[in-house]
Amino acid sequence: MRVPLSWLGEYVDLASDITPEQVQADLVKVGFEEEDIHGGDISGPIVVGEVLEFTPEEQNNGKTIRWCQVRVAPDGQVAADGGDAIHGIVCGAGNFFVGDKVVVTLPGAVLPGPFPIAARKTYGHVSDGMMASAKELGLGEGHDGIIRLAEMGLDPEVGTDALELLGLSESAIEINVTPDRGYAFSIRGVAREYAHSTGAAYRDPATEVVAAHGVTDEKSFGNEFPVSVDDQAPIRGRVGCTVFATRIVRGIDATAPTPSWMVSRLKLAGIRSISLPVDISNYVMIELGQPNHAYDLDKLAGDIVVRRAHKGEKLVTLDDAERTLDVEDLLITSGGSAVGLAGVMGGAHSEITDVTSNVLIEAANFDPVSIARSARRHKLPSEASKRFERGVDPEVAAVAAGRVAQLLVELAGGQLVDEGSYFNHFAAPASIELPAGFVSGLIGLDYTDAQIESSLTEIGCAVVPAGTGFTVTPPTWRPDLTDKWTLAEEVARIVGYHLIPAELPVAPPGRGYTVAQDVRRRVSNTLAATGHTEVLSYPFFDEETNNLFGSPTEARVPQVRLANALDATQGWMRTSLIPGLIGTAARNRSRGLSDLALFETGLVFLPAAGVSYGQDVVAGGVRPTPEVEAKLYAGIPPQPRYISGLFVGDAQSKQPGQKALAYNWQDALVAVQQIALGAGVAISVRQGMHKAFHPGRTAELLVGDVVIGYAGELLPSVAEDAHLPRTVAAFELNLDAITDAAGVPHTAVDIRTMPAATQDLSLVVADNIPASDVLAAVVEGAGELLEEGILVDVYQGAGIPEGQRSLTFALRFRADDRTLTAAEATASKEAGVALAASRFGATIRE
Amino acid sequence: MSAPTEITESAVTAAVNDALAAIAAAVDSAALKAVRTAHLGESSSLAQLNALMKDVPGDQKAAAGKLVGQARAEVNQAFTAREEAIVREEQTAQLAAEKVDVTAAASRWSAGGRHPLMLLQESICDAFVGMGWEIAEGPELEGEWFNFDALNFDADHPARAMQDTFFVEPVDSHLVLRTHTSPVQVRSMLEREVPIYVLAPGRVYRTDELDATHTPVFTQVEGLAIDKGLTMAHLRGTLEHAARIMFGDGAKIRLRPNYFPFTEPSAELDVWHPTFAGGARWIEWGGCGMVNPNVLRSAGIDPEVYSGFAFGVGVERTLMFRNDVSDMHDMVEGDVRFSQQFGMVV
Repeated sequence: MRVPLSWLGEYVDLASDITPEQVQADLVKVGFEEEDIHGGDISGPIVVGEVLEFTPEEQNNGKTIRWCQVRVAPDGQVAADGGDAIHGIVCGAGNFFVGDKVVVTLPGAVLPGPFPIAARKTYGHVSDGMMASAKELGLGEGHDGIIRLAEMGLDPEVGTDALELLGLSESAIEINVTPDRGYAFSIRGVAREYAHSTGAAYRDPATEVVAAHGVTDEKSFGNEFPVSVDDQAPIRGRVGCTVFATRIVRGIDATAPTPSWMVSRLKLAGIRSISLPVDISNYVMIELGQPNHAYDLDKLAGDIVVRRAHKGEKLVTLDDAERTLDVEDLLITSGGSAVGLAGVMGGAHSEITDVTSNVLIEAANFDPVSIARSARRHKLPSEASKRFERGVDPEVAAVAAGRVAQLLVELAGGQLVDEGSYFNHFAAPASIELPAGFVSGLIGLDYTDAQIESSLTEIGCAVVPAGTGFTVTPPTWRPDLTDKWTLAEEVARIVGYHLIPAELPVAPPGRGYTVAQDVRRRVSNTLAATGHTEVLSYPFFDEETNNLFGSPTEARVPQVRLANALDATQGWMRTSLIPGLIGTAARNRSRGLSDLALFETGLVFLPAAGVSYGQDVVAGGVRPTPEVEAKLYAGIPPQPRYISGLFVGDAQSKQPGQKALAYNWQDALVAVQQIALGAGVAISVRQGMHKAFHPGRTAELLVGDVVIGYAGELLPSVAEDAHLPRTVAAFELNLDAITDAAGVPHTAVDIRTMPAATQDLSLVVADNIPASDVLAAVVEGAGELLEEGILVDVYQGAGIPEGQRSLTFALRFRADDRTLTAAEATASKEAGVALAASRFGATIRE
Repeated sequence: MSAPTEITESAVTAAVNDALAAIAAAVDSAALKAVRTAHLGESSSLAQLNALMKDVPGDQKAAAGKLVGQARAEVNQAFTAREEAIVREEQTAQLAAEKVDVTAAASRWSAGGRHPLMLLQESICDAFVGMGWEIAEGPELEGEWFNFDALNFDADHPARAMQDTFFVEPVDSHLVLRTHTSPVQVRSMLEREVPIYVLAPGRVYRTDELDATHTPVFTQVEGLAIDKGLTMAHLRGTLEHAARIMFGDGAKIRLRPNYFPFTEPSAELDVWHPTFAGGARWIEWGGCGMVNPNVLRSAGIDPEVYSGFAFGVGVERTLMFRNDVSDMHDMVEGDVRFSQQFGMVV
């Protein structure tokens, strides 16, 4: 909401030296955030001038300029810029005549832009200022020509300050109006709030209009356009229209100019001047918060009926768009035909034109929900619908209609005849019981009864003592005041939030972090401490990418698709974190950061195949039944938390005495073991397949016997498609599966302190047998004397038969209770060999 | 030198002097080893003199024994001292020879780092867990009931349209990307017993294009307390405490009237600290208020018995003014330099 200060000052006392910043600060205190300050971006000297003579001069570029002599100060006086009373000015416009009064920006003036004016040499003359157009002054688009003050109905003295004359020196504040405060989308409402904040005297413009123009809430006055409501399909049981006021003004000149003060105020309020009747309508809406509409009376066909649209009914709205209406749309009709989409936009047929003479003014009150739905349905958010959606004071409709009529009479030469209509079926606001002590108990500050009563009275409530508390009836413009909590807020707001004390509540003893929360942090810290960098990426991808990474085998993966993605090609929620890491890696490399070990944790979106997810519409405000509640939960697709990593470039760069060492699949497996360490959960590895990974370089990762992820090298084509080097390693784990397995206290193994015996063992075995399986057989066969076995070498080549390989293990034996003899260790080893031999045909390498 | 034939004082003295001279002349352990053989070994003069003891008459044995014994002790002592000195010198020399340039170290480890948004969330959580609160979580893809209806966002209220919501197809599934962490309030109230003191960190979504100060995917931390007798003063006290933990003892907070469907009264939360980037000033930190009775009713909690407060702050925003991050792009682009400059601490 933009509020021109001079307009605000008409209804609430403002200090003469008030600044826009101070007004904003005052309004912040009562809940209106500052957004911007408008105006104040133009400065003089800018004066009224009179064109004394001009000479058209054709230029080489084909353009004709006028070399003008312009009087900018009365004869014998010095001009506002200190120069002569007559200035020579070059002007490109051709829309003026000798004798015209115009607006002259003299050297030293600054126009919005900022565009400083100075005497300058142009077209062979020194142009000592400029004659301004409406656009150059920020007064709206208008035509290209300069302003002729006569067209605005003005004939001021030469030398008059045009800034003052046209209201150009004013400024407006822009504030954010929250959705509960519809009444503050008006000068009337903001002035009231300013009074609440500062205690300054407030004058209700609604009251003033009533007083000045005799508009009352009489129910009818004789006319040929009776109004009725015929709502056959109220939304949520609420009739679409409860208040309707009309006034008829005859004999207006629709082409009369809008006075400059009104143009200026509207402009500061963010509204462009269009024509006098439209400007008046907007002016009254901004002033009183009551949207209104003026129809060309002679285009109306008869009785005015407010009803819902028929199926398939059409209306051409003011923007010349033909709209197919919905049966929920509320219409204003005349003689059976739609003439407006109620509260949203008028119809084109009965629009005011330059030849309109007789006008019917409508100011009504419509159901917020009905208007909100129509505005959304037709994508027509308007100044009117914005106000109706938030609630308009039902009592101000008649006042607004009268105010529009009065302005049409004053400014457009109309005749106000005793024609119109009025009804008000708006239910009076319900009273609210405010028990003693409630406000203080909710806010934590002891308010006196006097404070409560005066705060609520100040905002317009009727406050009546009831028992030890009060019965409070909110004013008609505050539909948001519905219960004692809303009243408590008003008391706290008016007395001041700054007075609320600080008190630290004592929570009951908490249980700290859950195992999952604790483990997640340990895992991320472990990875970061071991050289991995955490990144975060957006979860929006294309469907094919999600299919590739979302399943090791399935070609298509069920996905969550957004209905209104920012980028329609990336409208599917991620099924894997790896694509985000690939994109992040590519971006880093494009910035010259080529050696990367990245990781990310986050949710992936994995609807199950064949399940229809979603929720029914269930009203809030009451706890759903257990059945409904269970369905609300069940309708949400699974979203497990994953942890993934990606490796590209060098693990170790070339350094003194050290060669470069490239990242590969083994780094992905090391990271997985670092995660296992951080989580305190064993993760085992076996050969696996995943369609996004290299078919021969992929590991399946397991907790217990459940596969929880993959690690290895990405398919080279996947890497190359992302403009990454051919070798990119990655891992992806279901972090929830890991944390689910975590938190079991470790059962300690006694440390054996007897001397160890170490032996090496080389076994020759078919090269398709995983080394880990061979080792497992040796360990199992060797029994408990074997404390540890490690693979230390893999050899294929001379001396080893084709299709076989040699695996060398370093074995460490130890007994609990004695020093092992070499013979005992050897016997244990041979038992291990025997099992490997029987299981895999392994033989000891000669 | 010919072998001695008799233990005489001069012979002993000569042998001692020879040995001491040789010991003193030894410069390294190899030389010292030769001295040991020559002057302390079996063929040394002293050893030979000692061997003559058997021939000494009984009445002179004591004197001769003392003479030879003292001589051998003197030589042994000198030898040990010299040996220790040489070992020390040689160790010192070796260490000196082993000197490296520690500033030219190669490394088998490269620095990693946490993302500061994650670290900051953890840090905020720590502050509240320290007060006995627990951490609650919920899904990012939510039902409209959890995200809106239960939070007193009427389907037709402008506040709902103002949320810039990402909807999921089909739209009548009424699934959305949560627009705030507040649905976790609802889940907490449904799933936990009162009293409830929970903090809910997490990702949220709005249909804003990425620019220097906006991102469609961002992070909030939401707090909820439900108990008997909770007041707005408790809200203020909690936020003030949290601000001091997050920003330092000099932090102050300010509440301004505002509107949120799920709180009544509602307030905007500003925070002030002398060391903020850009100087000591008030900065908008988040929103808060007393839990709206309709929200309590949505979860089956009687607002006539219980009251509660809730608050939410933006983590990106906090990072901007707490750690002087000037552009949102740095938080979302995954440039490793951004995380690495924080390391493990935000």
